[in-house]
Amino acid sequence: MTTTSLRLRAGLVSIVLLAAFLGVWHLAVRSTAPVATMSPEYAKLMGLTATQGKSAMPGPVDVAAKLWEHVRRPFYDNGPNDKGLGIQLGYSIARVGTGYLLAVLVAIPLGFLIGMSPLLSQALDPFIQLLKPISPLAWMPLALYTIKDSSISAIFVIFICSIWPMLLNTVFGVASVRKEWINVARTLEVGTIRRAFTVILPAAAPTILTGMRISIGIAWLVIVAAEMLVGGTGIGYFVWNEWNNLSITNVIIAILLIGIVGMLLDQILARFTRMVTFPE
Amino acid sequence: MTEKFISIEGIAKRYPGTGGATTTVFENLWLSMARGEFCCVIGHSGCGKTTVLNILAGLDAPSEGAVIVDGQAISGTSLDRAVIFQSHALLPWRTVLGNVAYAVSSKWRRWDRARVKAHAQTFIDLVGLTGSEHKRPSELSGGMKQRVGIARALSITPKMMLMDEPFSALDALTRGTLQDEVRRICLETGQTAFMITHDVDEAIYLADKIFLMTNGPGAVLAEVVENPLPRDRGRTDLHRHPLYYALRNHIIDFLVTRSKTFTAETPGHDPRNVPVVHIGKPGLTIASDAKSEPLNETSWPGLSRPSTSS
Ligand SMILES: Nc1ncnc2c1ncn2[C@@H]1O[C@H](COP(=O)(O)OP(=O)(O)OP(=O)(O)O)[C@@H](O)[C@H]1O
Ligand SMILES: [Mg+2]
Repeated sequence: MTTTSLRLRAGLVSIVLLAAFLGVWHLAVRSTAPVATMSPEYAKLMGLTATQGKSAMPGPVDVAAKLWEHVRRPFYDNGPNDKGLGIQLGYSIARVGTGYLLAVLVAIPLGFLIGMSPLLSQALDPFIQLLKPISPLAWMPLALYTIKDSSISAIFVIFICSIWPMLLNTVFGVASVRKEWINVARTLEVGTIRRAFTVILPAAAPTILTGMRISIGIAWLVIVAAEMLVGGTGIGYFVWNEWNNLSITNVIIAILLIGIVGMLLDQILARFTRMVTFPE
Repeated sequence: MTEKFISIEGIAKRYPGTGGATTTVFENLWLSMARGEFCCVIGHSGCGKTTVLNILAGLDAPSEGAVIVDGQAISGTSLDRAVIFQSHALLPWRTVLGNVAYAVSSKWRRWDRARVKAHAQTFIDLVGLTGSEHKRPSELSGGMKQRVGIARALSITPKMMLMDEPFSALDALTRGTLQDEVRRICLETGQTAFMITHDVDEAIYLADKIFLMTNGPGAVLAEVVENPLPRDRGRTDLHRHPLYYALRNHIIDFLVTRSKTFTAETPGHDPRNVPVVHIGKPGLTIASDAKSEPLNETSWPGLSRPSTSS
């Protein structure tokens, strides 16, 4: 009862805040412009908006109109520099998905091994400590040079940036499984493989999933930057391209969509985390 | 004469201490138990009781010595020796049934699901948890969790039960009920049981033999007290037995004073032939494991202190 009313009030406040933000935005970009006879698109195209006295910043109405256009035609393809936003997002999501899945396949088994073996843990620790703080984008030239394919290089960068949180969380989760649970398995003469799947994996799953959630967030942050660098396709490239076209409207739309997709990815992982979390 | 089902032979446990020195928790510890016997260990905190139990379970290896079970030296854990953990150690992501079934399917790997489930259910019913099979440990009370631990240990039909203060976290009423259940089950199934406890009355009610350990470090097994109470004793009229107070006072006396001074006062203590104490039966001692050396036995009536001159 009180929680529902709290939710209701919170939702109301959110809406008010959003309306206020849009209102301020709208008023701010209207500015002191005398009369804008030209259509805003045309003005922007000319790059003369500043001289016309109208702010170069599009207002919320412009953005909404443009967004509606994009939503109606998400998958059009008019050549390399003019693709629908759906296609661009699709490219980015595919790259993130591929790099991330590869990282999962490597990080979780490796993390298990390291977490279960004190020897490996100590032997690999210096490497991990050294590699972890390297910005994933620093790998880009090396990747481009060795792989010679910009798209695969971007995937590699995603792989390298999403592997560390997962690896470290898996190691930590596996190494800190409660001794008494391990002892239960030992007194029942459960073999190593079965123990790994029936005790260590469920016990470490919440920690591992937390690492995976951090990773997907980082991967989505990095893909935009990576695509700006490698170019060609993807939402990051789209942002850069629209900046070159001086289409701030499209840049704003892209920013909005990047936020939404990132939020959705995070929510999906959050749901998985909740599924494997157990109350103690 | 009963055969030694379990025999702890000269075990020691040492840990590396500070500055290269080693801390000896205990050394040269000898102890034996007959099949079907219920033994309790009493001693102050930190004297090494859990360590002994873990070594018996095979969870921990002794620094020296060996543990012989049924004529064979143990190496590691076994499904024959079930452990009831002090902290119940249930797997929180499994239900009650899932926890017991995990043990059952570990013992009988070829059993199908239905058979495992039916077997697990029998033991859940046995400890009185019928109806709570699908609850998770977090939804259970402390006593219920402990029961699941008992059901899990019993479900694999072990030859021996090792219990580390299984009831210490429970209220008196629940503890009493579970003591009754454990005693009944152990008697019915002929379990050999090794239980650590801090509760003197619990030891008197449950145990056939009570092992008294001195304080650590360097703890020794000081005495083995035979329980003079009849086997069909009931929990409620325990204190009416004529020897009850003598027994109780003897144990408490040990815990309060002698556990500290024992090592100093008893220089001739032979850890291989620990004196067997028969409360209230002076001179009439026939102890199973010390039979070969009757001279080593000390016995005295009820309240008197043991003499070290014997
Ligand atoms: N890993 C370890 N390293 C060093 N010393 C240890 C270690 N584990 C246990 N000890 C020491 O061994 C001694 C015995 O520990 P143990 O847990 O067997 O005591 P206990 O008799 O079961 O006590 P309690 O009644 O409190 O449970 C303690 O003094 C403890 O300090
Ligand atoms: Mg203990």
